[in-house]
Parts: sequence; structure tokens; C-alpha cells
Amino acid sequence: MNKQPLAITVNGHERQIFVAPYYSLLDTLRDELRLTGTKKGCDEGDCGACTVILDGKPVTSCLVLAMSAQGSDVTTVEGLATPDALHPVQQAFIERGGLQCGYCTPGLIMAAVGLLQDNPRPSAEEVKFAIGGNLCRCTGYTKVVEAILLAADRMASQC
Amino acid sequence: MLRFDFLEARNLRHAIALLQRHGNDSRVVAGSTDFLVRWRQGFWRPAAVVNLKGIASLGRISFSPRNGLRLGALATVQSVESNAHIRRRYQALATGATSFAGVQVRNLATIGGNVCNASPAGDTLPALLAFDAQCTIAGPQGTRTLPLTEFFLGPGRTALEQGEVLTQLTLPAPMPRTGSLYIKHSPRGAMDIATVGVASVVTLEEDGRTCRDARIALGAVGPTPFRATEAENLLRGRTLTPGLLGQAAQAAEAAAKPIDDVRGSAGYRRAMVEALTTRTLQHALQMASGRAVTFEEQRRLAVQTAF
Repeated sequence: MNKQPLAITVNGHERQIFVAPYYSLLDTLRDELRLTGTKKGCDEGDCGACTVILDGKPVTSCLVLAMSAQGSDVTTVEGLATPDALHPVQQAFIERGGLQCGYCTPGLIMAAVGLLQDNPRPSAEEVKFAIGGNLCRCTGYTKVVEAILLAADRMASQC
Repeated sequence: MLRFDFLEARNLRHAIALLQRHGNDSRVVAGSTDFLVRWRQGFWRPAAVVNLKGIASLGRISFSPRNGLRLGALATVQSVESNAHIRRRYQALATGATSFAGVQVRNLATIGGNVCNASPAGDTLPALLAFDAQCTIAGPQGTRTLPLTEFFLGPGRTALEQGEVLTQLTLPAPMPRTGSLYIKHSPRGAMDIATVGVASVVTLEEDGRTCRDARIALGAVGPTPFRATEAENLLRGRTLTPGLLGQAAQAAEAAAKPIDDVRGSAGYRRAMVEALTTRTLQHALQMASGRAVTFEEQRRLAVQTAF
């Protein structure tokens, strides 16, 4: 079971790495690429903490075999901010108090980013549906939904 | 620590050759959403996985009135959920897909994987059964077709033979005046397995009152998802009154053979079969009568959000 070559673009950087054939994308991001912003919660696709954007779509990276992401484009929470500013979703989470302990936050933010790509002006119901796969044990979700709606407002008014 | 080798199938023929070569020591993966969970649990321990995901030709969805709906086995559940033809003509399948896990898993999981995993609770399976899906299976001896009703042999057990791959599901075009709905009942609104899932399809005669055809399929209340044929037979050729829908729901309940588990007792599941059969039939009937129901409304009916 030797490591195999994997070419993958992460947060805009083309990476050539070697990974074990049974490694998940999540473990590859955290262990091989040292991108530990993406969290491991359940490792079985229940909690959403490991959500990243894979080829434009939010996915639970614990359920992706790294080798099956050959040639893919991945965005993690580390890839959202610019040197000058946080991403509008990140900024809104801070302003609205959409986080407490923070463990679920990268996954929730990536799920929100994925939603707003497809649906820039979601209703509160659509936001709740889109983050149904993300567990948060602190916030009760109310402030998370408010933050995502605020980010949607700001992003839409920028366009 | 458990390990396995990763084998990339270049095309269907290559996939079949790899599966033949590695035999029972190998498993097919596509979305890998079921596989990685079962592997980490130690339930599946293959020496090698054969990845089908790169075979682009197996991911297509097409519809024509003549050929019906062709679902490539590698079509993601998300692509089924968002397909305009499916939303318009196969509402129970679109609602089954939208009730499936969460968006992060729907973007990975494939319709063929949901079928081959053969869970009694698979959320797309009742609708596929109710729309009379046919399986296309490719293997070392060539291609064969099989009705989906004959594909499921038990929990996790299918009619696939060594070296065979499910390549396509074909659903006949629904007749005019057809409506359908799937309702999933589960403790959590997302990322959960159905306690009970029911899909109903109703087709009306031109008079708009008489039932031309009715199909009801039940999930999570037996070793496989299955059609409630006695319930269906009560409806065909009859005027669909509330009382008759109730009788069909009771017949569906009588056909259910659920177990007790963490998501619900057998008795609770039976009661839910009756409730959800009635509800899916009512909504399918209204849609068959021409009432337009937006997809957002269908989703609200199909899956309760938990918060």
C-alpha cells in the first residue's frame, strides 16, 4: 500500500503530493497539507464539520477518497479570506455571533459559501435546509442563519 | 490499521476486468459515501477498491417521452434532485433525492450507489420502485436488464453477480395525469436514515376521478424496500375517495414487516406507514388532478426540517 501521486489544486495552489490509497480528502488536507482549518467531527458524514468546496460543490471531505479527487479543485476555509479582508460570510459570522466554541464553524461557513454560490438570495428556510447537514451544539443555529442571510445581503449588494 | 489499494477504472470494460481479477477481495466505489463509513466500521474490508467515478459516460441523465428517464448509475443524487425533467414528471424521485442525507453528501453520492447499497431505508429506492425502474447491468458475459423489484435480495444484498456493474436505471415515461410524492420520516431532518419512507404514484383516467394506475412503495419496513401491491390493487379502476385511500393505507400497513430499532419500534413504524401512505396518496392525487405544487412545497411535505 505505497503512497500514490495525487495532483490537486487547493485554495488556488497546484499541489503534487503522495497519499495513502485509503486516505480521505479530509485526512489529506489536515495531515499531508497541514490545512487544519477543516475539522474532523464524526468522520462518517453526519456532522458537516469537514465541509469543503470540491469542484464548486460543498462536500463532506471525510467521505471523499483523496485519490478520487485527482485533478480536482478544492477550497477550504483557509482559502476564503484575502490578505486585506475576511470573506463576507466569515465577517457576518463574527458580527452576528454565529459561533461559540468554533469547532463546527469552518464547516458551516463552507456550507454557506456553497449555498450562496448557487442561490445568492436564499430565504431563511432555504438557509436552514442548506445547513441541515451541519451540527452545532452551541449556537442553536439562530445566529448562524442570521449571519448567512446578512452575508447574502452584503454579497448581493456588492454585485 | 485497515488498508486497501485504490484502482482507477478507465472505462466500463476496465472496471469489469478489475473486478474479475480481484474477485471478492474488491469493492466498487463511486461516491464512496457508504463505502468509507462501512470500511471505517470494519464491516467491509476489501483489499482493493475499484473507482468508477471517472467514467463520465455513466453519469448522464436524459428524458424523452418515448424512452422515459435514463439515469446513468453515476448520476449524483444532487443531479437527480435538481433535474428539471425529474422535478416535473417524477416528483416522488425528486423528493426522495432532496430528502437524502444533506447537500454535502448528495453532491457525492450516486443513484447507482444508493441502489447497490440495497439499504431497506435508501431514500431514492421507493420512488424508483414505484416508477417501475429497470436496471441495466454490465458484466463479463455482456449486458442484461432486470426489474428493480428483482434486484434487492435482502439488506445490502443484490442480484449483482461477480464482476457485474449496475450501469443505468430506466424509468418509463409517466402517463398523463400522473402525480407522485415521497415522504421521509426520520428523527433528524438531514443526514439521517429514514424511520419510514413512502412513495406513491397516482395516474387518473380522463374523467379526472377514476384511478388508472397506482403504485405504492415502502422503505425501512422490511428487509428490502418493496411495492405494496395489495394496496395498489384496491385503487386501480376505482374512484379515489378519502375512504378508499384510507383502505389502501391500511393494506400498506398490513404489508409492512418492520423491526424495532433505535429509530422506532415496529408498531410505531406500522402506524407511520398508514399515515404516510394516506398523505402521499392525497398529494399524488392532487398533483394528478392538475394542482401545481412547487418544488419548495414538495420538499416541505417530503422532509421535516429539525429546527
